This record gives sequence, structure tokens and C-alpha cells, in this order.
Amino acid sequence: MSYRKVKYLLWAIGPILLSGCSDIELLNPKGSIGEQEKYLILLSMGIMLCVVIPVVSLSVFFAWHYRATNTKAHHDPTWHHSTAIEIVVWGIPIMVVSFLGWKIWHTTHELDPYKEISSATPAVEVDVVALNWKWLFIYPQYGVATINVLDIPVNRPINFRLTSDSNMNSFFIPQLGSQIYAMAGMETRLHLMGTETGTYLGRSTAFSGPGFSGMHFPAHVQTEEQFNEWIKAARASRDVLDDSAYLQLRKDSEDNPETIYGSVKPTLFQQVTAEYDCTKKNSLRHDGDLFHCTQPGSVVMENH
Amino acid sequence: MLGKLSIEALPLDQPIVVWTFVVVAILGLAVLGLVSYFGKWKYLWTDWITSVDHKRIGIMYILFAIVMLLRGFADALMMRLQQALAATGGAGYLPPHHYDQIFTAHGVIMIFFVATPFILGLMNFVVPLQIGARDVAYPFLNSFSFWLTVMGGALVMLSLFIGDFAAVGWVAYPPLSELGYSPTVGVDYFIWALQLSGLGTLISGINFIMTILKMRAPGVTLMRMPVFTWTALITNILIVAIFPVLTATLALLSADRMLGMHFFTNELGGNAMMYINLIWVWGHPEVYVLVLPAFGVYSEVVSTFSGKPLFGYKGMVYATCSIGVLSFFVWLHHFFTMGSGANVNAFFGIMTSLISIPTGVKLFNWLFTMYRGRIRFHSSMLWSIGFMTTFAFGGMTGVMLAIPGVDFVVHNSLFLVAHFHNVIIGGVVFGLFAGMNFWFPKAFGFTLNETWGKIAFWFWFIGYWLAWTPMYVLGFKGMTRRLNHFNQPDWVPYLNVAFLGAVLIGIGTVAILIQFAVSIRNRKVSADRTGDPWGGRSLEWATHSPVPFYNFAHTPVVTSLEQHWDDKIAGRDPNAVRPYEDIHMPRNTGAGFVIAAFGFIMCFAIIWHMWPIAVVGLVGMIITFIVRTYNMDTDYYVPAAEVERTEDQYARAAIKGAV
Repeated sequence: MSYRKVKYLLWAIGPILLSGCSDIELLNPKGSIGEQEKYLILLSMGIMLCVVIPVVSLSVFFAWHYRATNTKAHHDPTWHHSTAIEIVVWGIPIMVVSFLGWKIWHTTHELDPYKEISSATPAVEVDVVALNWKWLFIYPQYGVATINVLDIPVNRPINFRLTSDSNMNSFFIPQLGSQIYAMAGMETRLHLMGTETGTYLGRSTAFSGPGFSGMHFPAHVQTEEQFNEWIKAARASRDVLDDSAYLQLRKDSEDNPETIYGSVKPTLFQQVTAEYDCTKKNSLRHDGDLFHCTQPGSVVMENH
Repeated sequence: MLGKLSIEALPLDQPIVVWTFVVVAILGLAVLGLVSYFGKWKYLWTDWITSVDHKRIGIMYILFAIVMLLRGFADALMMRLQQALAATGGAGYLPPHHYDQIFTAHGVIMIFFVATPFILGLMNFVVPLQIGARDVAYPFLNSFSFWLTVMGGALVMLSLFIGDFAAVGWVAYPPLSELGYSPTVGVDYFIWALQLSGLGTLISGINFIMTILKMRAPGVTLMRMPVFTWTALITNILIVAIFPVLTATLALLSADRMLGMHFFTNELGGNAMMYINLIWVWGHPEVYVLVLPAFGVYSEVVSTFSGKPLFGYKGMVYATCSIGVLSFFVWLHHFFTMGSGANVNAFFGIMTSLISIPTGVKLFNWLFTMYRGRIRFHSSMLWSIGFMTTFAFGGMTGVMLAIPGVDFVVHNSLFLVAHFHNVIIGGVVFGLFAGMNFWFPKAFGFTLNETWGKIAFWFWFIGYWLAWTPMYVLGFKGMTRRLNHFNQPDWVPYLNVAFLGAVLIGIGTVAILIQFAVSIRNRKVSADRTGDPWGGRSLEWATHSPVPFYNFAHTPVVTSLEQHWDDKIAGRDPNAVRPYEDIHMPRNTGAGFVIAAFGFIMCFAIIWHMWPIAVVGLVGMIITFIVRTYNMDTDYYVPAAEVERTEDQYARAAIKGAV
């Protein structure tokens, strides 16, 4: 291919490649954790491509150059050992993996979902309950709760506590960063912070049954003023999430609309994590006997 | 008596399934009719079903795998079509419960009933030949293993028409797979199909470890075994180590579902995380069970078609062994997002990325095997080069997923799905097809058609890249696996390209079937009279094609790694040495088939809670086994005269072929 052809080709596909990158969510993060993870993606991919591309190119080149019909190529039908080459072929991956291993140790601690984000601004607490098949978000500081919609202020750390009242799900807002599982009878934690206002899609990534495809929600990252306005509006909602409303809510339902509860029972999240610790009842799911456990206390997955 | 089974179990309300049943029934009746018409029942029974010949069992494994591949691939096409149709808010054509069964069945079938039996088939056919043995260590158990695998596959197929299949994903995480959330028989089909086939795989593993350790011909030291046999040895050690874990895990899940226990339930102290750990303690080494023998195939193919010994044989052996060891220390990377501490995640991340060292070494070794060779582009060589160029990227994305910080944003996304298809299609499947094209003449005495073989390769290769590159991008766009419907217009172009790729792979698959048909039609022209059509280097090429049932006229005596190559250089023909001696061989037996069939009855009955019938199945298995143990007539001698007659026939055919 001549230089001119290559140039035309680049002109043709260049814009597609560039426009492609800007709407790829993980390469266009809107949160502090996502930003670090994007850097890690590009770094690890870049380093490994430095080895992968030469190896792939050499495979094609050797295959072509040493083709049987090319009788001019050097032929050495018994050559099968070279200590120097063996040292190099063990050495290159060892070097790459050593560097990546050091990076892994470092960044895994850095990006630990349980690690709080240090920030001058106070954190917002959000308790997340995965239900069949919807997300319940409880704002304990504000006494409100929502279904399938998450509103958070920009540039403030969000401390998520997560559990499930049915199947295992994974809570994930791609453009903000890390995901974490939500599991019944357990409490997991996640810390994220949005750095740019906007609406980003959130999903469950762990398959949880027939209504799984409907377990998505918009995450609105708002300015402080917008968030305060939103809280005010939320508190004005007449819907109340008490025990009886929750027992209705936890029944199977698909593609639930966004809902806002103006008030929520303060101990609801603890009740949900504690209910599965009950040793007396059989399947709680079937008799709906939710709040009569004699042994409260949940299995909290502590980090260290 | 019939337990939960009733007329409602038949999915008569689902037209797709009903029509599938009609087609399967017609095809099935046609096959049965043809067998009866040509009067081949006795032949089938005596020469195949009751055969303990490792070569025939290997062929049957591969035939079974190809049949199941068609089913698994049909599932894949349906999934691609559903996602392409349901991307902008529509419901598509598959409701969630049906779609969920399809992706579960696709995963289960491709891993357990395509990749695993295909690998076992290749090992069955090749390993005894490469070590100069006459059969495996336990020929009857070998037949039993095979039929257990088939019965497991039959259960999965049956679930399509009676009841339903699991709709929980291929590793069936609880609590979703518990009775409360999956009350139908689907998960029970999953459990018992895998119990049957898993037992078969475990017995095969024991069989092959014993075969490789105890049945090598004189002079075949461990470091004179071809790399394929080495990879088979490590793979079978892995099998024996991990399949009991799978059996136990599924037994616990079954106890939850059938006996009201609470190992993995949400309630009463059950803990789903335990299941997830156990299933991946099995599951991660399992992928090395699949890919190591494929690496072995590439080693044989690249060396043969480059006309050179394998570069760095010892390095290859050590790399294989270290992958085998490391594979046990990485399972947690399947759930970095479960909330383990940073130390734990980092440990498993580093252990996982360590595996890329020996794997990388292998790639370099194949590269330097080609270096200064004379490369012939046989289709099995094309599959190998296609593998080297594809797999390198799969390795890279694998290491990316091994970095917890990266995994936190691509876990369970299509990036992950693209990664494991990259390494399983680009690593395992390409290797299986390379092996199939490579060893086919050994099995049948004629070579496969090259034109159609190459067409199949190019469709698969281009189809793979078209289907899975967009999936990588979709993973970066935040698309999750196992979605039934969604409203994301910006995903549509990628999904359409992926669907097109799947169609190309479909054409490639059809091309393989055409390749079989054309090759069988041209079998006289493409007959291999030499026994060594590619200029092979290891022992399997030292005997005739198709291999006589006793494998070698004389037990080979081996003095070097590439005995056959050295014999050719020195002009030796060990087969022609006379006189021949009596050869000790195992007798065929139907016991393996009968026990497995009773096992099928038992498992089907357990699935439907038909307890009296289940007892019949169990008792049938035990009694057949006892009867078999009293059969002392399990072996015989092939008289030297018959060996001589057979060898003469091959010699005459070779002369005729040469003229």
C-alpha cells in the first residue's frame, strides 16, 4: 500500500476512530474513581500492546517470510534451541508482569471500593437495596428514599452501603467508576464521587433473573443547589416507605417506574440486612414474615 | 410414579421449541430409518457402541462434540439476533425466561459438551499413539466415561422438549439457582447433566494419568513425550483435582433444592459466596483443562508444518507445568467485586497476571519454531497462525481483567464476555479444528478437503473478529452481559456488526460440514497410503492410516524425542520388521453403555422426582457393574498371523497408492 493510499485511509477512518472514543463511557469518565480506572486501563493496555503488537506482527511476518515457496529465506531445519532467545522470551513477560504486579498492588489498595474518598466536602450516605427487580436507594441523612433513580451532588464523596433482599446483584454506574456486589444478609461498601454534572446510566451487572434487564436507573449528578432543591422536592412526596409499604415493594416486579418516598423508616436498611440472620424462620421470602427475627445483627463484610 | 412430570411439562405453547422438536424428530427418525434400512444396527453395536478402542471412542467424542456445537451455535445466533432486535426498547422475539435458558444452555453446552468432549476426543485418539501404547490403561472405563458424557448431553437436549432448562447463567449462582427463585426443573437438569458428564470426565482424567504414566513404550521417558502428551498429562491432573469439587458443589446445591438444606440459600445461615468460591475453584482450572491440550495441538502442528523441531521443548514443558500449578491460585479473580479486602484482591490479581508469563513464553516458542522453517500453509497451520494472532489479544485483555482496578469497571460486561470468547474461540476452538484437520487422516485413512478447510478457517477467523471486536467496545460502553432488552440506540451498530460476525462464523461452521461431505466423497483420491501425509515427527505418524486396531505392529522402541523423524532420516521402517508377535488387546464390552444408560434413567427420574424409577436406575447401574466385574473374559490375543496379514494389506495398498 502506497503512502498516498495510507493517507486516504487515515482520512477516511480517522474521524470514525476519534468520534468513537469520545462516546465510549469508560474512556470518558465523570467521576474521580472512574478517572483513575481509565488511566489504569490505558496504561495496562498500552504496555501490553508494546509486546502484543510485535508478537502478532512477527507471527504474520515469520509465517510469510518462511513460507515453503520462498526458497531464498534462510532455512535451518534442525535449529531448535538458543539460550539467549530463551532468556529473552522469559525475560520480556517477566518484566512486563513485574511492572504490572507492582501496579496491581498499588492501585488495588488505592482503588479499594471500601476506602473512603478524602475530600473537603462532607460525604453523602446512600444505602442501596437490590430487590427483584429494582434498586432501592435510601438517603439516611435526609430521610428520603427512591426507586430506580439516584440523585447525588457533584464533587462530594458518596458513601454507599449495599445489600440485597433477594438475589445477588452488582451495583454499577460505569461513568462514575467501580462496581460492587449487593448480597442478601451482607453489607458491602462502595465509595464514588461524581466530578461533572450530568445523567449517567446505572445498572445491575450480575444476572438476577427474568426482570434483570429492567434493573437500570439514571444517576443524576447535580450541583449542590440542584441537589438541595431535589431533596426538598423529595421530602414533599407523600409516599411513605414504612414496613407495610416495604413488604409490598419487595415482591417481584419488573421495569419499575422511578418513585420517590418523602419519608422512610430509619432502621429499614439494618432490618433488611438482619432479616436473613434469623435462625427460626424458614424461607422468609415465602411467608413474608419479615420483621420477627429474634436474632438481629447482620453479617457485615468488613474490609480488613 | 411420574413425580412432577405431567403433560404441562411439554412446552407446547412455545412455537420455536415445538418446531425445533418437529425438525429434530424428523431428522432423528430419518437417521434411525437409514440405519435400519442398511441393516447397520449390529455394526453400530459391535463396532462402535461397545467399542473400547481408544481411537473409536475418540472419534465418537469428537462427533458428539460437533453435534453439540451445532446446538450451542444455534443458541448463540438466537442470542445475537435477540440483542440486535431488542436494542431500542422493543421486546425482541425471545421473552426473558426463554432467552435466559438459551444463554445458560449456550454456556453449558459449549464448555461441557463441545470443548471438553472435543479435547477428550483428541486426547483419546492421539495420546496412546504418541506414547506407543495399544490402548488406554482402563479401556472399559474409557467407554464408560464417554457414554456418561453423552448421557449428560442427552439430558440437556431433552430439557428442550420436556420441562425447561436452567435460566440462571452457566455457573448457576445461588440464591438465584435455589428452589425459591428457580422452582422449575431447569436447574435440576443442569445439576444432573453435569453430574453425569462430570463423573465421566473425572474417570477419563484418572484413566489418562495412568495411561501416560504407566503405558509408555520402552524408551519414552517423560522428557521424550511430545508436547501434546505433556499438555494432556497436566490437563488430566487438573481434571482429577477439580472435578470432585464440581461434583461436591453441585451435590450441595442439589441438597438445598431437594432435601431442604441451606448450604447456599439466603436464609438459615446459607452462604452463596461459598458456592461462588467453590464453583470457580473448579471453573478456573477448567479453562486450562481446555486450553492446554489446544496449546499441545499448536505445538505439534507448527513444528510439523514448519519442518523443524519445536523450539524450546523444555521451556514448553516447564511452561505447561507452571500454568497447571498457577491455575489453582487465581479463582478469586472471577469476583474481585464481591468486597474482599485490597490485599486479597491484589494477591489474586498478581497470581493471575503471572500466568501470562508461561503463556507468553509459549507464544514466543511457536514463533521461533516458525523461524527459519519451510512453512506449508495447510489448514491446520492456518488455524495455528490465526490462533497466534488472535490469542495474543485475548491474553492482553485477560491481564487487564486481572487488574482489580480495571475489573471493577469491566466485570460482567461484554468486555469480559469478549475476553473469554477471544481465548476460548481463538485459543481452544481454533486448536480443536487444527487438530481435527491434522489427525483426520490418521483416523480415517484419507485427508480432509483443503479448499473447504481453508474456506471454513477464513469465515471463522474474520467472523470471530467481526463478532467480538464490537463486544469489547460495548464493554467499554458499559454494556452488561445477559441483557434481554434495553433502549440504547448507540449500541445498535456494534450489535449489528456482531450479529454479522456470528453469521460469518455460522457459514464457517457449515463449511466444515461441507468439508466432511466433500472429503468423504473424494476419499479414494485423497487416501493417505503412507501413514505420514504431513511429514510428521512423532510416533503416531509411524503407523498406518487409518491406524490398525492394534496401533503398532511392534511396540515401538524409542531412543529420542522425535523417534519417527529420526527413523525417516535413517531409513528405518519398524513396522516391516518380522516376525510379528501375538498382540494383547482388550475385548469390547457393552457394560459402559448400559451403566451410563441406567445413569441417564436415574438422573432423569431424580429431576422429575420419580423416585421408584430413580431406584431402578441406580440398582441397574450397580447390578450391571457387578455383572461386569464377574466377566473374566476381558482380553484376548491377536495372533501374529493376523498382524502379518493386516500389515501386508497396508503394504499392498501403499504400493498401489504409489503407482
